[in-house]
Amino acid sequence: MFSREEIETIEAAIQREETPRSVSIAAMRFIQKQRGYVSDQSLADLAPMLGMSVSGLESVATFYSLIFRKPVGRHVILVCDSVSCWILGRERPLDHLRRRLGVDLGQTTADDLFTLLAIPCLGACDRAPAMLIDETLYGPLTPESIDEILSSYRELDR
Amino acid sequence: MTATETPLTRDIRPGEAPPGLREYESKGGYSALRKALRQMSPDEVIDEVRASNLRGRGGAGFPTGMKWGFVPKKDETSTRRYLAVNGDEMEPGTFKDRLLMEGNPHQLLEGVILASYAIQADLAYIFIRWAYHPAFNRLRAAAGEAREAGYIGKDILGTGFNLRVHIHGSAGRYMCGEETALLSSIEGSPARPRAKPPFPPVVGLYGKPTIVQNIETICNVPHIVNKGASWFRSLARSDDAGTKLYGVSGRVNRPGIFELPMGTPIREIIEDHAGGMWDGVRLRGFLPGGGSTRFLLEEHLDLPMDFGHIEGAGSRLGTGTMIILDDRTCPVGLLHNLEHFYARESCGWCTPCRDGLPWVEKTLDAIEKGEGRIEDLDVLDRHCTLLGPGRTFCALAPGAMDPLASGLEFFRADFVTHINDGKCPWG
Ligand SMILES: Cc1cc2nc3c(=O)[nH]c(=O)nc-3n(C[C@H](O)[C@H](O)[C@H](O)COP(=O)(O)O)c2cc1C
Ligand code: SF4
Ligand code: FES
Repeated sequence: MFSREEIETIEAAIQREETPRSVSIAAMRFIQKQRGYVSDQSLADLAPMLGMSVSGLESVATFYSLIFRKPVGRHVILVCDSVSCWILGRERPLDHLRRRLGVDLGQTTADDLFTLLAIPCLGACDRAPAMLIDETLYGPLTPESIDEILSSYRELDR
Repeated sequence: MTATETPLTRDIRPGEAPPGLREYESKGGYSALRKALRQMSPDEVIDEVRASNLRGRGGAGFPTGMKWGFVPKKDETSTRRYLAVNGDEMEPGTFKDRLLMEGNPHQLLEGVILASYAIQADLAYIFIRWAYHPAFNRLRAAAGEAREAGYIGKDILGTGFNLRVHIHGSAGRYMCGEETALLSSIEGSPARPRAKPPFPPVVGLYGKPTIVQNIETICNVPHIVNKGASWFRSLARSDDAGTKLYGVSGRVNRPGIFELPMGTPIREIIEDHAGGMWDGVRLRGFLPGGGSTRFLLEEHLDLPMDFGHIEGAGSRLGTGTMIILDDRTCPVGLLHNLEHFYARESCGWCTPCRDGLPWVEKTLDAIEKGEGRIEDLDVLDRHCTLLGPGRTFCALAPGAMDPLASGLEFFRADFVTHINDGKCPWG
């Protein structure tokens, strides 16, 4: 069940939009920000507000790669896997990340702190190899800079 | 020659906060809006943009003023009209619109209001990809300021023109950038493309006339309205008008975005602005306008970087952001990386693309690993035809085949070496 604030925020967005359905992506982004991911229950609660069937909303949710349908770690690391980062040797920092976190792409660390995912070109090709942690862009990445960045997040969450 | 003008990036300070409303106004901001709303009819704005020769900066280069002219006039129909500004920017190797959105959000908003006025839209969407959080936050803040100041909302500047602006944050997928898929996405559906015709200027968002325009294209509009079409044309060093945000990435000394006169020779962009190649590394080829364009070679370096010359050389200006292939980078590996992207981002709507791209990707993977056979080259060649223009529902698949077809042509010997030696020579 959504909280009253969540319901009010979504309903206000529906008022501003052309059709209730137009809010579907914004509403799922919002729920994800509140709750970390979009659960089956959230989909079931949201769909009627948007005048959509649950399966209709689910087909939207699963089309977009950054709507998470499963829980993710507290921080989501999106590592660029596109061409300019590849030319500049993205494998080395990525391997380092894998080792430091003990997970591969698509996985979450045992302490639920980080989820590691790949993302297409981050629009930061002048800072290749690049990655995004939550809303912050990092690059050019080296094994050393990765150690520093990760420990700053670990500090933050202590 | 006079010092080159950089209207789009003049007030951008990378790494710092963007100009706020007061600073933007103090530098002449929103004066184009005043001028247009008070002294020009919507059609006069369209005429000025048409005369400026502005062409779309999102990849296809369609003449902007001509596109606006396709929208049915308000006195011919009472139907509503929309503007949708495309800030999806997920083309591999492309990083120019982020600079404009983060660096000067009011410049973009002024362009949005002017374009909306020209086509008489009363609702404009700015569509921003997921990864661009600072751009999203800054545009929201700037739109709030513009609303407070009366530049957005009801009865703008007392002229009776009404406009709402929605900043739409997306949730991933390259397909969102294709103009009709973008409309589906704004309507809250999966980003699948629609059949054309009818084209969006006639049947777009919610079935109503809609203009879809790239961020950089829109940012040019305030300057054209302020200083006029002939000034805009005079900025260029060739037949295509204005300045262009060129990008260079790969093994160059100063990768980045550079605003330069349209038609600046490629060599100048790479050597003078991007600082040339790393020591001991040689340029072998480059994709001139993002991942979906055909390779050009060293022999093309003296060409002016504009629509006509790049097309004349067999490629496309695309987004104007070059990706450089050097002699220490494996062309098969580079193409494998690109086709992995296209295979993953295919929306799956039509069979040649949905089934063909993964096949291409697997074939390239095998060749790169040294497990390819010589017949695999026929498989790749055949896909370049089968997924070419007109064979698929949208331009994603043909765009995916452009770098591959040209790579197979120019670097075929490298493919053969992988196959014959059973390993990657760069591996
Ligand atoms: C798969 C695909 C992705 C695209 N992505 C973008 C994009 O991110 N930004 C953009 O402006 N145009 C993109 N385009 C081009 C748009 O379809 C459209 O031509 C453009 O937004 C029109 O604006 P313009 O005339 O100002 O360039 C893409 C096209 C295709 C086929
Ligand atoms: S070409 Fe590819 S991306 Fe375009 S509609 Fe067909 S499957 Fe979708
Ligand atoms: S290719 Fe990695 S940021 Fe562009």
